[in-house]
Amino acid sequence: MAGELIDLTVAGAAEQIRSGELSADEYFDAYREAAAGDSLNAFLWTAEEAGEAGEGPLGGIPVAVKDIFCTNGIPTTAGSKILEGYRPPYTATAVRKLREAGARVLGKVNMDEFAMGSSNENSAYGPVLNPWDSGRVPGGSSGGSAAAVAGRLAPCAIGTDTGGSIRQPAALCGIVGMKPTYGAVSRYGMIAFASSLDQCGPLTRDVTDAALILGAVEGRDPCDSTSIGIEGGVDLPKREDLKGLSFGIPKELASEAEGIESGVKEVFERTVALIEELGGEVSETELPHAPHGISAYYVLAPAEASANLARFDGVRYGMRVNGDDLTEMYEETRAEGFGAEVKRRIMLGTYALSSGYYEAYYGRAQRVRTKIAEDFSKAFESFDFVVTPTSPTVAFKLGAKTDDPLAMYLNDYCTVPMPLAGIPAISIPSGLSEGLPVGLQLAGPAFSENKILDASYALERALGFEGIPRAA
Amino acid sequence: MIDREQVLHVAKLARLHLSDEEVERMASELSGILEHVEHISELDLDGVEPTSHVIALQNVFRPDEPRPSWERDEVLQSAPDPASGAFRVPSPQA
Repeated sequence: MAGELIDLTVAGAAEQIRSGELSADEYFDAYREAAAGDSLNAFLWTAEEAGEAGEGPLGGIPVAVKDIFCTNGIPTTAGSKILEGYRPPYTATAVRKLREAGARVLGKVNMDEFAMGSSNENSAYGPVLNPWDSGRVPGGSSGGSAAAVAGRLAPCAIGTDTGGSIRQPAALCGIVGMKPTYGAVSRYGMIAFASSLDQCGPLTRDVTDAALILGAVEGRDPCDSTSIGIEGGVDLPKREDLKGLSFGIPKELASEAEGIESGVKEVFERTVALIEELGGEVSETELPHAPHGISAYYVLAPAEASANLARFDGVRYGMRVNGDDLTEMYEETRAEGFGAEVKRRIMLGTYALSSGYYEAYYGRAQRVRTKIAEDFSKAFESFDFVVTPTSPTVAFKLGAKTDDPLAMYLNDYCTVPMPLAGIPAISIPSGLSEGLPVGLQLAGPAFSENKILDASYALERALGFEGIPRAA
Repeated sequence: MIDREQVLHVAKLARLHLSDEEVERMASELSGILEHVEHISELDLDGVEPTSHVIALQNVFRPDEPRPSWERDEVLQSAPDPASGAFRVPSPQA
């Protein structure tokens, strides 16, 4: 029975709960049991009680919440030792809105420390394992969210994406993940990494579920002045073909990109052929500045992070290591509380912003960002969407890239340009290579979420991806 | 590209104590990353406006109405060393 419950999609379960066919408590308990037997290290905290099942589009649906979202009275660590034991006095808007739509928090899920990483190996609470192969990474930084959904430990999750942190783990775990337009979802209560890039989005088993979750969390919020919401809300996708839609393949992120595995290329080419079969028009396009995305990103994001993480100083929350004076207390607390990657990014960002280097690094990176956004605008004059592989590789082995930060950063090659331009993008599972999932990325102009979801839905049906990982 | 002295200077700015081993590793890792980042210096960016906020937004206003903030006790519960209704810290000049 529990097995069957766990196979339901969010939309399917919500419908059965509404009609009275399925008990919300029974459904929640099935997942609580699954989460309690978590062998993937995905959960950092699991709800003991179901709490009230609300009414609404997500009535009775359990949601796994990335541990970067503040939850009143519930531990929130951002994957860092520096916040061990922290129970925030308030709740993130995205989580509040999920609850208002009827959802219940199933648990808080593991992540790379402060969302910095592409493998989930940077968590202070140990790496998350990929449900397809427990010797491999689930991707990151929303690795716990992706592994929990793919591994059937949660029906859906929310995560955050700064340079690919929703889309890349979704691709590596064989599920759907969407990064909305910057401003679609409130960032209030989402522990800040790089404020000009961070966005909250859904990780789900199918496109319809992604639309449901996005529809619940989007919206303007007085607590985040950069939030705008999606005008008219999010509709459930229904398109059955791709007739009249045009798809541009940027050669810099596909045919000419270095480091894309041959297996990933094969699945990508097959998927492109399928887009054409469905009536979509496909041709090559260019994003000449996209190859500079990684360089710009690894200046801008660490620079913003170095300022955002200044607040973790042992004064107001989290741990403290005592020192003889105030400065020593700061320095020792941060030395003990932060992991290696977070320290590396704080150093990189502080250096890029320091006197004499600001214009050479931060100033130039902001100009590259403008050029990348212009490249996309130009492409969208001729195409409805841009399509690329989501990740250059399938899930790699644990430890394979931990000694080489630059190799790890290059995982984000195809996903970084979109947040730099602020535009929405989705990753949908498109096939297997060497028995591991490959994601297809579909990006569109700002606030084209409905159109992206609609096209992805048609493609998803035609792809018929039914991969269920071994561990599920 | 980045030497030991620069690492120590930046660590000071970032209020981060690094062990000797971390200083060595940081110098080589940051140099490697910056070497990759240096590619953007080859681009012609004259006259290109920098982007700090990617979606065009007008001023965002709200009515200036006073409302209660969080309870002091609740906030202090998360503090490592609360005392007398405040955050206690070591002296800046011990």
